[in-house]
This record gives sequence, C-alpha cells and structure tokens, in this order.
Amino acid sequence: MSSRLMSASNAVREFVHPGACISIGGFTINRNPMAIVHEIIRQRIGQLHLVMHSGSQAMDLLVGAGLVDLLEIAYGANGRLAPTCVRFRRAVQEGTLRIEDYSNYQMTLRFMAGAMGAPFLPTYSGLGSDIIEKWGFDSRFRERTPEIPLRKAVVVEDPFSREEQHVVLVPAVNPDVTIIHVQKAAEDGTTRIEGLTFADIEQARASKHVIVSCEELVSPNELRQDPWCNSLPHVIVDAVVHQPFGAHPTACYRYYDYDMKHLEEYREIAADDERFRDYLEHYVLGAHAFDEYLRLIGDEQLDRLRASLGLGYARRDLL
Amino acid sequence: MREDYSDMEMMAIACARRITNQDVVFCGTGLPLLAAMTAKMTHAPHCVVFFETGALDPQLEELPLSVADSRVMQGASHLGGLADAFAFMQNRFTGPRVVGILSGAQIDAYGNLNSTVIGDYECPTVRLPGSGGACDVASFVGHTFVFMRHERRRFVERLDYVTSPGWLDGGDSRQRRGLPRGGPEAVFTTLGVMRFDPQTRRMYLSTYYENSSPEEVQDNTGFEIEVKDAKVEKPPTDDELNVLRTKVDPLHLILQ
Repeated sequence: MSSRLMSASNAVREFVHPGACISIGGFTINRNPMAIVHEIIRQRIGQLHLVMHSGSQAMDLLVGAGLVDLLEIAYGANGRLAPTCVRFRRAVQEGTLRIEDYSNYQMTLRFMAGAMGAPFLPTYSGLGSDIIEKWGFDSRFRERTPEIPLRKAVVVEDPFSREEQHVVLVPAVNPDVTIIHVQKAAEDGTTRIEGLTFADIEQARASKHVIVSCEELVSPNELRQDPWCNSLPHVIVDAVVHQPFGAHPTACYRYYDYDMKHLEEYREIAADDERFRDYLEHYVLGAHAFDEYLRLIGDEQLDRLRASLGLGYARRDLL
Repeated sequence: MREDYSDMEMMAIACARRITNQDVVFCGTGLPLLAAMTAKMTHAPHCVVFFETGALDPQLEELPLSVADSRVMQGASHLGGLADAFAFMQNRFTGPRVVGILSGAQIDAYGNLNSTVIGDYECPTVRLPGSGGACDVASFVGHTFVFMRHERRRFVERLDYVTSPGWLDGGDSRQRRGLPRGGPEAVFTTLGVMRFDPQTRRMYLSTYYENSSPEEVQDNTGFEIEVKDAKVEKPPTDDELNVLRTKVDPLHLILQ
C-alpha cells in the first residue's frame, strides 16, 4: 500500500499552485477545510480561480487574503452568523475579483458533469432569471481565458420533447484540486464522510487532484469492513492530512459544533481592514501550523464545542 | 389591539397556519424554519421538513442556524447531499409535493425575488449572498411561500436582479418560459399576507394584521397593490405563541 499521508504544508506545496482552479468542500458553517486553507494563505498562493457552491469561512478568508482572482459561486453567507460573508461582500463591491453567479443545483450539476466526463448537464433551474441572462465573465473575457467555458449557461429546446420545451445547459467544471475536510480517512486515501456529504463527492470526483484532511486517521482495514459507507475510493485521493479540529471555526458532525463566539467576533473584525489584517497575522500567518492556531483558540473553548454524547453537535444548554 | 407579540412572531405563525400535514416543506434558515417547526408542533405533525443540503425529516430538537447546521442531521430519515435534495425537487413525482419557503432583499408585483445585488450587477452598491438554492427551489417545487419585511425599498416595481423566478411578467409567462410547475402562492410580510391573482398573477393584499391596515400596506409598497377585499388575519393564539416561544426558539436565536 502506498501512503498518501502528508503534512498540510507538503500537500499544499505539491498540489496547489498559483493560478490554479481550486474547489473547496463543506457548506456554510459545516466542514470547511480550514487547515488546508490556512496553509494556502501561509504559502501565499495567489491568482486562484475558486469554484464552489455555498461558501463561508474558508472562502471568506481566501478572498480576504487577496488570493482569489476568479470566483464562480452560488452563495456567500454564514446563516444567521453573517447574512453575507463580509470580505466577500467587500471584494465584490470594490471590484477586486471577478465573480460569476450560479445556483447551488447548477454548481452541483457542473461538478457532476465534470465527474462524469460529460460536457454539460441540463436542468430547468434558472429559466427566466438573471442567473441565465447576466454574465459576470463577459464573452470577450471568456474567449481569451481558456480555463473558463465559452458560455455561462445556454437555454436550448429539449430535443426529445413533443412539445416546445426549454431547458438550461450548464457547463462541466474540472478543478485542478478539490480540498475537503472529513471525519475519517486512511493513509491509502480511502475517505469516509459522516452525515451530509453536501457536494463534496462530486467536487472531488471532478478534480484532477484531491486533498483530504481528516479528524481521525484510521486503518484502511477498518474502513474496508463496511466499504459501502465510504465516500471516496483511495485511488482518487492524492493527499491525506491528519488534522483534528481541522474545520474550526466551522462544524464537523459528530465531532464538534461551529464556534459561534469566534464567528461572531470574526464578522466584526472582518468589517475593518486593519483588524482583518491583524486577524490574518495573528491566527494564520503568525502560526506555523494549524495546531498553533488551535492553541490560540484554547483547549477550554475547543472542549466546549465537542459534540454531546449521541448527538452530532454540542447541546446549547451545555455551551 | 394586542401588543404582546412581535411582527416576526405574527409572520412565522401566519405562514405556519398554511402548512398542511401533506406538505414536504423546504426550509431556508431563520423565519422559514420557525414557521415549519411551529406547524409541525401544532396542527401539522406529519409535515416533513427538508433542507437543500440533503437532510430529510430530522428530529430538530434544537433550532438550526443554517441549513448546514449539524442539527439538521440528527435523527433524519435520510441524509444525502445537494444532488439528492435538488433532484427530489426537480423530480416530476416528488417536486409537486414540496412547499418551498424563501426570502429575499427585493420582491416585485409578480413575486420574482432578488437576493444577489442591489444596484448594477457589474458594480453593485450592495452585494448580497446570492441564490444559494433559492433559484432552484423557485424554479421547480409545487409552490413557494415568501417572507419579506414590508418596506417600499423592498417591494419594488423592477428588481435590480432576478435571482429566483416567480410569476415572471404575470399571466401565463412562467409556464411559457418553460418552468415546469410552481410559482409563489403567498408572501408573509411584517404587515400582512399577500397572494396572487389566479389570472393576472399580480400580487394583492389577502389579509392584514390587526395592528396594520390596507392603507399602511399600500404606503409601504412601491407598486400599485389591490387591497379592497383584504380581511384581518387572526392574531396569534396563546397556543401558537407558546409553542413558538418555548419549544421552537426558546433561546431567542431568531426571534429577538
């Protein structure tokens, strides 16, 4: 068995390059691959083309650090903890990145098409909306940018229907690397997500390379006892990084809850350029590795976030 | 006039009353979830709550603060992913059973919604979160409910950006555009409940709350709205308020 176990810094050095098309997994306040994203920021890998569906903390940090040039996305918010992600909002309003809007299903279908090796997939979603009509990346930009599809989306007649019926086609996306954080992985690359998978599986399968960070490193034999419970086979995973609390301050089902205190503080800090720079300096650039960031959060706070017995989250009356 | 309940409580309860035992309720975060949980704990215990993240019929012992909150996963009938959730809504058999509850920053007279930008798309004054699953839900579930704060700047003649399709230009334009089914059925606002004319598909005032009035609705709507047949919405009952306050959101995470 060849081992794919690596440090976060080696995984990023090997698989995330300036200008790369990257995709990050999770959904708003759950399972953001924060450890790997911190490492990308520490190595200052920029000019990234980020493709995802519902982004929050990982996306907002990358955008706030100025590392994203192109963003294809459906949503940038943290539920009740940030109605719109703060650095994301600012970057779009100030025009410091180019953005293209899709819906969550359209992005899922784009990853699914990429995973299937199909050029596009059809849906009814978006007929009559500006998601189809208004393009963030105009035709000229698309023509001169080979990594972007020539069109955002196309409305065609359903060729199989007896009636005149319109359908939207959305183009496949094949990122250079997808980064996800999961509950369990083995050093051979076998990966198990517990709870909702969001679109992590489609995102990983669409990508040339996959980096998985995990709460628990387990033996391949353990995961092969119930292989139908596994989310990704070892052959498509390039790097496995063992990082407990690797999604903090977002949640990891059955391991820990999101950190409301940290996320609420972040929302205020992110609204101020100087304080945001200090945040990056203190928590990301100033830390040599993610464990050092976790030490800044403190064991006491991390223990409070641990999932209650038999639940996937920390009971609020115990927080 | 009772003064012992808030606009948000009235909105959540007005919506909850219109959820039935047969519904599969697609919920966003915030008020939609309060409405669905209130319905489930009062007159519609068999309605199924469902999230775009892929969680179907969780136990919801604590109020989730996002559709990806681990609280939506506990005790569910099924956990999948986005692909499952949206396929369930686009599917010709299961989609029509789904009631989607949405909200937005702007709404027009035909129930189209904007949650993407205020101002020009290319250089917006305010960037909002974007569609998420809203455009998908609005495109193909059986019918949708909408929550809105009732203000002129939100009830506008023309949206800055159409994120989620409603009745488009009214009449049969939604169907002609190729959307398979659905469309907005009711809008629950801080002043009352709006519905849509079955022919023109234009918004009208159906009921107003006891502390509001048809004049107040027109004054706070940025387009002409028919108010002449509006009736008063029944105020919250003690039971409805009690469930909402003590069982659904006891820590006042959404209700402030």
